[in-house]
Amino acid sequence: MTHRNDRTLKVGALARVEGEGAMYVRARGRAVEEVRLDIYEPPRFFEAFLRGRAYTEPPDITARICGICPIAYQMSACQAIEAACGVKVGGTLSELRRLLYCGEWIESHALHVYLLHAPDFLGYPGAVELARDHRAVVERGLRLKKAGNTLLEVLGGRAIHPVNVRVGGFHRTPARTELAPLAELLRQARDDALATVEWAAEFEFPDFAHDHEYLALSTGRYPLESGVLRSSAGRAFSAAEFERNIVEEQVPHSTALHARFTDGGPYLTGPLARYSLNRDRLSPLALEAADRAGLGIECRNPFRSILVRAVEIVYAVDEALRIITAYEPPPRPAVPVPPREGTGHGVTEAPRGVLYHRYGFGPDGLIRAARIVPPTSQNQAAIEDDLRRFIAAHLHLDDHALTHQCEQAIRNYDPCISCSTHFLDLTVERS
Amino acid sequence: MGRPTLAVWKFASCDGCQLTLLDCEDELLTLTGRIKIAYFLEATAAAGDGPYDVSLVEGSITTPTDLDRIQHVRAVSGKLITIGACATAGGIQALRDFADVEEFTSVVYARPEYIATLARSTPISAHVPVDFELRGCPIDRRQLVEVLAAHLTGRTPDVPGHSVCFECKSRGSVCVMVARGTPCLGPITHAGCGAICPAYGRGCYGCFGPSPAWSGTRPNTRGLLPWLDMTEDETHRVLSTFNVSAFREEQRPEGAGDDAPQ
Repeated sequence: MTHRNDRTLKVGALARVEGEGAMYVRARGRAVEEVRLDIYEPPRFFEAFLRGRAYTEPPDITARICGICPIAYQMSACQAIEAACGVKVGGTLSELRRLLYCGEWIESHALHVYLLHAPDFLGYPGAVELARDHRAVVERGLRLKKAGNTLLEVLGGRAIHPVNVRVGGFHRTPARTELAPLAELLRQARDDALATVEWAAEFEFPDFAHDHEYLALSTGRYPLESGVLRSSAGRAFSAAEFERNIVEEQVPHSTALHARFTDGGPYLTGPLARYSLNRDRLSPLALEAADRAGLGIECRNPFRSILVRAVEIVYAVDEALRIITAYEPPPRPAVPVPPREGTGHGVTEAPRGVLYHRYGFGPDGLIRAARIVPPTSQNQAAIEDDLRRFIAAHLHLDDHALTHQCEQAIRNYDPCISCSTHFLDLTVERS
Repeated sequence: MGRPTLAVWKFASCDGCQLTLLDCEDELLTLTGRIKIAYFLEATAAAGDGPYDVSLVEGSITTPTDLDRIQHVRAVSGKLITIGACATAGGIQALRDFADVEEFTSVVYARPEYIATLARSTPISAHVPVDFELRGCPIDRRQLVEVLAAHLTGRTPDVPGHSVCFECKSRGSVCVMVARGTPCLGPITHAGCGAICPAYGRGCYGCFGPSPAWSGTRPNTRGLLPWLDMTEDETHRVLSTFNVSAFREEQRPEGAGDDAPQ
């Protein structure tokens, strides 16, 4: 029931996000009483039907959780299964996995930067409308996205749900001559990526900062396919310790579970966390681009995440070029992974953040239990918290403007709702 | 005459098939010059009111709300084209059809009572008339462009119904089943992907669903199975993944009782 003075804002469904959700906001006077990110994406029950499947199957099956970041699912699954089987995949095979992941970062980040996020800053409903006035810009974005997809197609067989990944490595590793033409494409992509950083640096960013604890993988390199988890508050734990440090809770309004640290608060994972915790691991070119764009030693303004994504594209292109240049085909496409009874954990950096998988296997190599914690459910509480504070500071705006800015605030996170159910009507009630 | 209008709808799915439209990087701006995207939430906040000349529908029907929503989509669409294994065969989430969905819910959710879901995941055609079904998990970009182009010029889409083996031969790949004994669903799987898996040294895993047989409507699934040299459990699993409902249907003897979705 709304009071006579209540204001109610509604948006049919949130646009330019992956998946389906809604937002509900209730304000009384100058106080924001309730903010809910409602995820109504239908549940698809992957964790339930993985039971009884063979230990070789999760890379193909869990890829289907998300069409935008299937590699993330394949990589976290492989890592968890190999850990359970006591096998370590290193050397060139591990570099090829990193290369494949670079393709996904380029494709996914370019999609978000150009097609989903930039229209907010430039006042267009979408990239097609943006292209009418700025065709060359959109063409640059599509070219960049295509470079990432081409890398996925050459190494993975196709861009969406690639077929070439298997437990232990690949079904077939490429010849040098197959990867060489990618170098040319990636050199063009490097110019496009640098131009993207410069272009996005000119956008007007709302003055907003949050203080969420950041969580990202950490290794000797900028984190992608492996590492230990570290947070801005000094936590450090391995994939195997994930569930001792993080709990997921169900909330009535969402088919996505909410994650928080066991000892309390919400946290944030994704580009802002990765950049702020690993900036010094960027390639010299990416670091230089970050400095020129005015990104400091950390980034706490979610609206500037578009800049961090652009910098990460520069990094992923650089890293892909490095791997291709050094590539010598390995003696075999995969290392043998015999099944074994036990439990394995895997964590990698999906474009949107930390993605955790755990599998328990019986002696027959069949899955007894599975658990998957995608980035969007980890970020959901932090997104709601941002919205609460953003709305409180902008209640003077009319309903239309406030609604639009809330949607923008949500898109900052590139929430992947298909992943997290495993996005958005907006309702704002004011009194 | 203005440009024909296109709407893109999502039901239970991974977003991969609608993403395929955005992955047409070389064709996207040409295409949007010919077709007006009137409703496509993943791509634009501008949502024109229907009716729409063509609707692309991704995803399967798995919730009570979506049962109503698909009726609306049909009512506002001139041509309704389903894209992908979820929309044409119920998708991987149809694995619930052969299990206890309440038990599934309790595995994933601490409070199953908050979750409204149907016991089965059904294709769009189980609920409304469909004008064209494009297969694949995910669909193939070239086939999507072909289907849209065919609509623009008013001709029948050139989407062949033969098996993956045909594509594999024309690609010049060595048969992984004959040469290496690798189980492969190519002989009974619908073409369209370009026979990627054998080209990458693995057997086809059936993501485009069953192919129509040469002269009839059913692929000879039972004829293939002894060739696969797999245990019964393995065979069952390989046919029970991305197009579980469609392959199960093919495996049933002719004339078996109908348990079509309600």
